[in-house]
Amino acid sequence: MTVYEPVIGLEIHVQLSTRTKMFCGCELSFNDPPNTHTCPVCLGLPGALPVVNERAIHYGIMIGLALGCEIAERSLFHRKNYFYPDLPKGYQISQYDVPLCLGGRLGDVRIHRVHLEEDAAKLNHLGTSGRIHGSDRSWVDFNRGGTPLVEIVTEPDLRSPEQAREWLALLRTTLRQLGVSDVNMEEGSLRVDANVSVRPAGSTELGTKTELKNMNSFRFLERGVKAEIERQTGLLEAGEPVVQETMHYDPATDTLTPLRSKEEAHDYRYFPEPDLVPLLATEEMMAGARAALPAELPLERAARFERELGLNPDTAWLFASRTELGDYFERALAAAGGNGEQRQVDPVELSNWIPQLVERIGSDSDPAGSNVAPESLAALATMVKSKEVSRDAAREVLTLLVQEGGDPRAIVEREGLGAITAGDDGLGELVDRAIASDPAAAEQVRSGNMKAIGPLVGYVMRETKGRADGGEVTRLVRERLGLGR
Amino acid sequence: MSDLVDLTAAAAAERIRAGELAHADLFEAYRARAAADQLNAFTWVADGPPAGDPYEERPLGGVPVAVKDLFCTEGVPSQSGSRILEGYRPPYTATVVSKLAQAGAPLLAKTNQDEFAMGSSNENSGFGPVLNPWDRGRVPGGSSGGSAAAVAAGLAPWAIGTDTGGSIRQPAALCGIVGVKPTYGACSRYGMIAFASSLDQAGPLTRDVTDAALMLRHMVGHDRRDSTSLEFPGEIALPRAEALTGIRLGVPEELTGDGGGVEAGVRENFEATIALAERLGATVEPCQLPHAPHALSAYYLIAPAEASANLARFDAVRYGLRVDGEADLVSMYSRTRDAGFGPEVKRRIMLGTYALSSGYYDAYYGTAQKVRTKIAEDFQTAFERFDFIATPTSPWTAFELESKTADPLAMYLNDFMTVPMSLAGIPAISIPSGLSDGLPVGFQLAGPAFSESRLLDAAYALERAIGFDGSEARK
Repeated sequence: MTVYEPVIGLEIHVQLSTRTKMFCGCELSFNDPPNTHTCPVCLGLPGALPVVNERAIHYGIMIGLALGCEIAERSLFHRKNYFYPDLPKGYQISQYDVPLCLGGRLGDVRIHRVHLEEDAAKLNHLGTSGRIHGSDRSWVDFNRGGTPLVEIVTEPDLRSPEQAREWLALLRTTLRQLGVSDVNMEEGSLRVDANVSVRPAGSTELGTKTELKNMNSFRFLERGVKAEIERQTGLLEAGEPVVQETMHYDPATDTLTPLRSKEEAHDYRYFPEPDLVPLLATEEMMAGARAALPAELPLERAARFERELGLNPDTAWLFASRTELGDYFERALAAAGGNGEQRQVDPVELSNWIPQLVERIGSDSDPAGSNVAPESLAALATMVKSKEVSRDAAREVLTLLVQEGGDPRAIVEREGLGAITAGDDGLGELVDRAIASDPAAAEQVRSGNMKAIGPLVGYVMRETKGRADGGEVTRLVRERLGLGR
Repeated sequence: MSDLVDLTAAAAAERIRAGELAHADLFEAYRARAAADQLNAFTWVADGPPAGDPYEERPLGGVPVAVKDLFCTEGVPSQSGSRILEGYRPPYTATVVSKLAQAGAPLLAKTNQDEFAMGSSNENSGFGPVLNPWDRGRVPGGSSGGSAAAVAAGLAPWAIGTDTGGSIRQPAALCGIVGVKPTYGACSRYGMIAFASSLDQAGPLTRDVTDAALMLRHMVGHDRRDSTSLEFPGEIALPRAEALTGIRLGVPEELTGDGGGVEAGVRENFEATIALAERLGATVEPCQLPHAPHALSAYYLIAPAEASANLARFDAVRYGLRVDGEADLVSMYSRTRDAGFGPEVKRRIMLGTYALSSGYYDAYYGTAQKVRTKIAEDFQTAFERFDFIATPTSPWTAFELESKTADPLAMYLNDFMTVPMSLAGIPAISIPSGLSDGLPVGFQLAGPAFSESRLLDAAYALERAIGFDGSEARK
């Protein structure tokens, strides 16, 4: 039986967080009363002319640079012609065959192009269907009309729904760090369409693709793409062809329905926008965009965490994609002597405590806003590493830190949570008592069944309320039973 | 009152500024004449001048201006000659109209025009044709026919129009007045209801060259609302040349030979004007614009292509005419556009839509743009040897109403000599150069980009020598 491989490419629309619209001076808004941010330009009144928003160009170049694209010294705006009530001029001003950015790469996905355009207005359909067909009445809100958009088109380099979702998260974090967009999928400032096809594994030819729309969350992207892969695979397995069409994803039923072919039978009749002059990316604009880039983008940060600090890839990516966690981590590192030889904390040890902290303060919270100062967490991790406090006891200390803040060392002392170490006579006595309490287990260990050591170690940990170091206790038990170190 | 109307705009402005004439009296004299108009030149006439402006201190002295319907004027009907915009009152004013008002030329009236500036006879107006004041059985030319007729008939001291392929120059020629199409980008297009964005330019229609220079001086300049507008280098000078000494005139064989079908009377007048130019000191030689004969074909692809997109906004959703459809969107669109647009507008929308269609774009729109580049290069080459290019403005004098409406191609030939300059984006002026069978003939001079001051100077010297008397049309 043939195994099929999915091939996925994404088209992402990003609303830029400029102060004003792409081609006029109206302010961007969200949830304001309808049609309160409009002017002759964004209403498409007769005689009005577009003027390019410089800030949007700046953001466009920043995005292009961050994605490793070639920035065109000269690019063009075109008119994309079609009739719809949300498009007041009867055409959208967009970039066509000479876009601002070409080529590029983010992670393991190549970027095909990045271009600038304007958003359409928002339609609200009254009536049962919620779509224009069959609605009683439709209202147009032009507040959104003319919002600057960047469209990012990838090459078909993604191979699974999960990968598509993860890569989109990487892109979102990158854009967020650039500060060019709110990148909020629910509010529509980040929108994604997917081009999906399947082919026999190993084949280098592309199958017939469909375009998926209306996946307005990360989860829906993953589910929509998955459903479409299953649908296409089913067709091919049944010997039926995949038809190239646009599919509308319905999250309520997790199903895809083709958009009526009439809606997509467009000849957009692109031609260069005569109301605008060619867009020239001057050396000054390029320098301005370069200077505005963050020192390190998420992907670079994750790589540094792995390479220089030895973090595992998942943790490195977590800290890079959730910038606030990465920032907190780095502040804690700095508090404990920074990056050089003075550093008193083990980065890997410290990194393990940040998810623990997040678990205690709520998974979406920023630890910077918690009671736990970065230096306190670093101190706690240092104490764990130097076995001044056991891992179990440290978890208790962290819970107390989250509640009351303060110095972990003081809490350990106050609560008597300090580690009981091999040097303590008490620990040796406890080990002896453990062996005496379970002679059968002791005998099994002696005869080489190391699994039987569990109850003996558990006895000591129970008695010390977790303050002893598990490894240390194991070592002592073996020693007492004559197994050597 | 009639002596007031005999003053040129510049002369009237001077008198007002000197305290010898009340601007309100001048306004009222023209307002009354405009209100009694029998040429159908206007679509709207003001009640009076805006109160309180210190016109005596302004360079244009309060001499009121008639404005082509397609310029947006706040709160005043701006319909571009189309029923689809009947009664439309925009919430803002076009930049050039604001600039003129600021300089002291308040709005007198809105003038009739061919619908969306598409036409050469003003017979395509949704509000009826304009009549030529020299002979009311004839057309005034178009598309700025209302502006030209109003100025010629003394119903307005001066007017502004727009020129896309000849729409200022040709009606100026047919009505015996001066019309200037400035360099593309010299005047802001903001607030001009667009026909063909890469060609449309605002310009003056005036009784003489001095008025044209004075008005144009206050129209030009970069506008941050129009990205294609440019800073005009220096100030437009008021013309004062009395001779054409050292001026080299090129007469393009392609535009003055048989191709354009120039009428005998027009040809004779043109030759006489050329002879006059030589007597004023100009050297005249034939020159070549090899691609100019293809200009009309290129123009009728580029202009309709841009128009097909520019006119897409008239969709009954936000303003203008709405004819309800069945329960669906498409029938509302098509019924509204069917009822609101006239036949010539529909023809050009279809032409343009076709020229941009996938599979035809390269052959039509793409080729037309290449021809356009070639034509611009022809002019550049010619201007290495010549200061100006001279042609008749129009192959004909004013023709009889309805004599060309049945044959769109014959109508399009009106623009044979004006379209090449539009495609090249260069300035050109038409001045009255005499009468042929009692009807005015226009003489066109074209120069390199931003040569307006020199062009006006040369036209002024010719104007003095010709001594055209247009008072007949004001009676």
